[in-house]
Amino acid sequence: MAEPEEIQGIPAPEGDTQLIDTDYEIGQDNLEGQLGPFGFDVHNPVFMVSALTIVAFVFYALALPEQASAVFGWLRPWLTSTFDWFFLGSADIFVIFCLILIVSPWGAVRLGGTDAEPDYTYVGWFAMLFAAGMGIGLMFFGVLEPVYHMAISQPLGTPSPFDADGNLIPENVARAKEMGLAATIYHWGLHPWAIYAVVALALALFSYNKGLPLTIRSAFYPIFGERIWGWTGHIIDILAVFATLFGLATSLGFGAQQANAGLNHVFGVPINTSVQVVLITAITGVALFSVLRGLDGGVKLLSEINMGIAALLLLFVLFAGPTLMIFTDFGQGLLAYAKDIIPLSNPIGRTDDSYRDGWTAFYWAWWISWSPFVGMFIARVSRGRTVREFIICVLLIPSLVCVLWMAVFGGVAIDQVISDPSGSLVKANVIDSYNPPLSLFAMLEGLPLSSITSVIAIVLVIVFFVTSSDSGSLVIDTITAGGKVDAPVPQRVFWATFEGAVAIVLLVGGGLGALQAMVISTGLPFTLVLLVMCWAIFKGLRSEPR
Amino acid sequence: MFNKIMVPVDLRHVDKMGKALSIVAELATTHDADVIFVGITSPEPNALGHNPKEYEARLKDFASSKAEETRYRAGAHMIVAHDPAIDLDKHLLEACEALGTDLVVMATHLPNVTDYFWASHGGHLATHADASVFLVRG
Repeated sequence: MAEPEEIQGIPAPEGDTQLIDTDYEIGQDNLEGQLGPFGFDVHNPVFMVSALTIVAFVFYALALPEQASAVFGWLRPWLTSTFDWFFLGSADIFVIFCLILIVSPWGAVRLGGTDAEPDYTYVGWFAMLFAAGMGIGLMFFGVLEPVYHMAISQPLGTPSPFDADGNLIPENVARAKEMGLAATIYHWGLHPWAIYAVVALALALFSYNKGLPLTIRSAFYPIFGERIWGWTGHIIDILAVFATLFGLATSLGFGAQQANAGLNHVFGVPINTSVQVVLITAITGVALFSVLRGLDGGVKLLSEINMGIAALLLLFVLFAGPTLMIFTDFGQGLLAYAKDIIPLSNPIGRTDDSYRDGWTAFYWAWWISWSPFVGMFIARVSRGRTVREFIICVLLIPSLVCVLWMAVFGGVAIDQVISDPSGSLVKANVIDSYNPPLSLFAMLEGLPLSSITSVIAIVLVIVFFVTSSDSGSLVIDTITAGGKVDAPVPQRVFWATFEGAVAIVLLVGGGLGALQAMVISTGLPFTLVLLVMCWAIFKGLRSEPR
Repeated sequence: MFNKIMVPVDLRHVDKMGKALSIVAELATTHDADVIFVGITSPEPNALGHNPKEYEARLKDFASSKAEETRYRAGAHMIVAHDPAIDLDKHLLEACEALGTDLVVMATHLPNVTDYFWASHGGHLATHADASVFLVRG
């Protein structure tokens, strides 16, 4: 007979790696069986504790709405104002850590072994990590943030270009405009991507090179040893599930509100809870379809479609807006970012509380609480890259794309505000009154073909939510299955539906504010988790063949 | 009548394949056919190996133990999939064609309500493969 081994599609040999020798068998703590017609294979106790605690939280937020709203209304500003130095300082450490890895000899370590080959092309890989990482935020904040920082939040005490009566102060314009872009790019550039890169690298390294299950606890093996298979590890994984599910449900809720605002702006659809419930149901339905099509047929495909539409919208705004000025803004934004990154990242002795606590500390907590989800997703699609290639692609390229996006969307919006303050819809919706979901549509209104571009923007918002929801469900399913990526399909259907249900229940019951505070609350312990992860990565890389 | 029999195998649940394996042995010896055990894994570590290489070694061991036990010629074919739970059907169909299989013998569960929503792997293969498919209820 023919030698079957010769005709099969075995991947390239994995090459040398330094596997961790543990007696723990992946899935040994799992409960496997049938629930009626559905098979299940879940980690005990991570699955049950996570699911039940989330249900308990939803009941609390609904049963005692006033108490919950008071507690969480106090919790969020208290966390960001008390621990701002900790969030800012930690994010700086993550950036420095990543930059050191790029130039250090450990940059040559290949994820998956010395001979591993990348599973995805650069385009597919980049599309997925970008769509999961921050796609939707760019839609929501691309116009809002540059204009807000220019005129209202006054980062580093930069004076506003408008006086209290809304009159333009020409001598303040140049610096305020520059700071508006730099302060926004700071939130979307190196720092968030360094946070994601640390988590993703830790997961990829300890899974592909060390042979541990693809779950957050594995990164702590060098610190806790065999104890990570007990409650120490359970707590880390449960925290990761909370952060991911709360983050996704919050986004679904707010995303539905933005899509509703857009539909109202373009088609006059009324803004109410029923429309938003229909939107969440539709988004969850498409996400379910995508999740059932799998990583390659669903998530990757949708991410690539998303990238294509986003690129088209970017090009349109670039050429329909003041093109030359946008390019100048891009250059100036980058320069201002380079010039101001150190004072902006300084964690102590600052007086710009509104910007530092209200935005930066909030963002860092937000990115950190999202990092288990985005990090694990990036890890899963990054096998075969070297550490250097990985960090450059996860840190520098997305940062540059964000700079370009902010320069184009923010630059056009700032231009509209400065050149015609009284007629600018952006000024009316961001500076005169605060109406975030409408800011993007207000900017598009000032360009030609706004009825078409607004529809494209609504579609993009929805598809970005679908890609977050489907990749999020995959990640939660993997964590709650103890690192198994081949758990029965009904489980991911359960998580995708559960996310949608939590978002709907809280939207109707009015608990989305509480949910947002929970996301920030999980960000604090996770910052510590990430700092320890840097040490674990260092220890793990040291033993790897290069 | 049959020259090459493909047998998809889930190494975690070999205990549930008793009937299917006896039928494979019977058919392989009756038709003097080659048997190829096909297993699917992910690049991520799992209970059957830290990496695909370890999984492949297990699959080969399984194939040779079966060959020895029942005196037929058996080989192993490993498939590495990014999302095994979903991509299994597609990869099995591709393997069926690439290996030149003329018969697939596969263990399958008793039909239940979920089959109305998504077909069993065996059902999918029977619907789309060119080769004959023999589904053995567990």
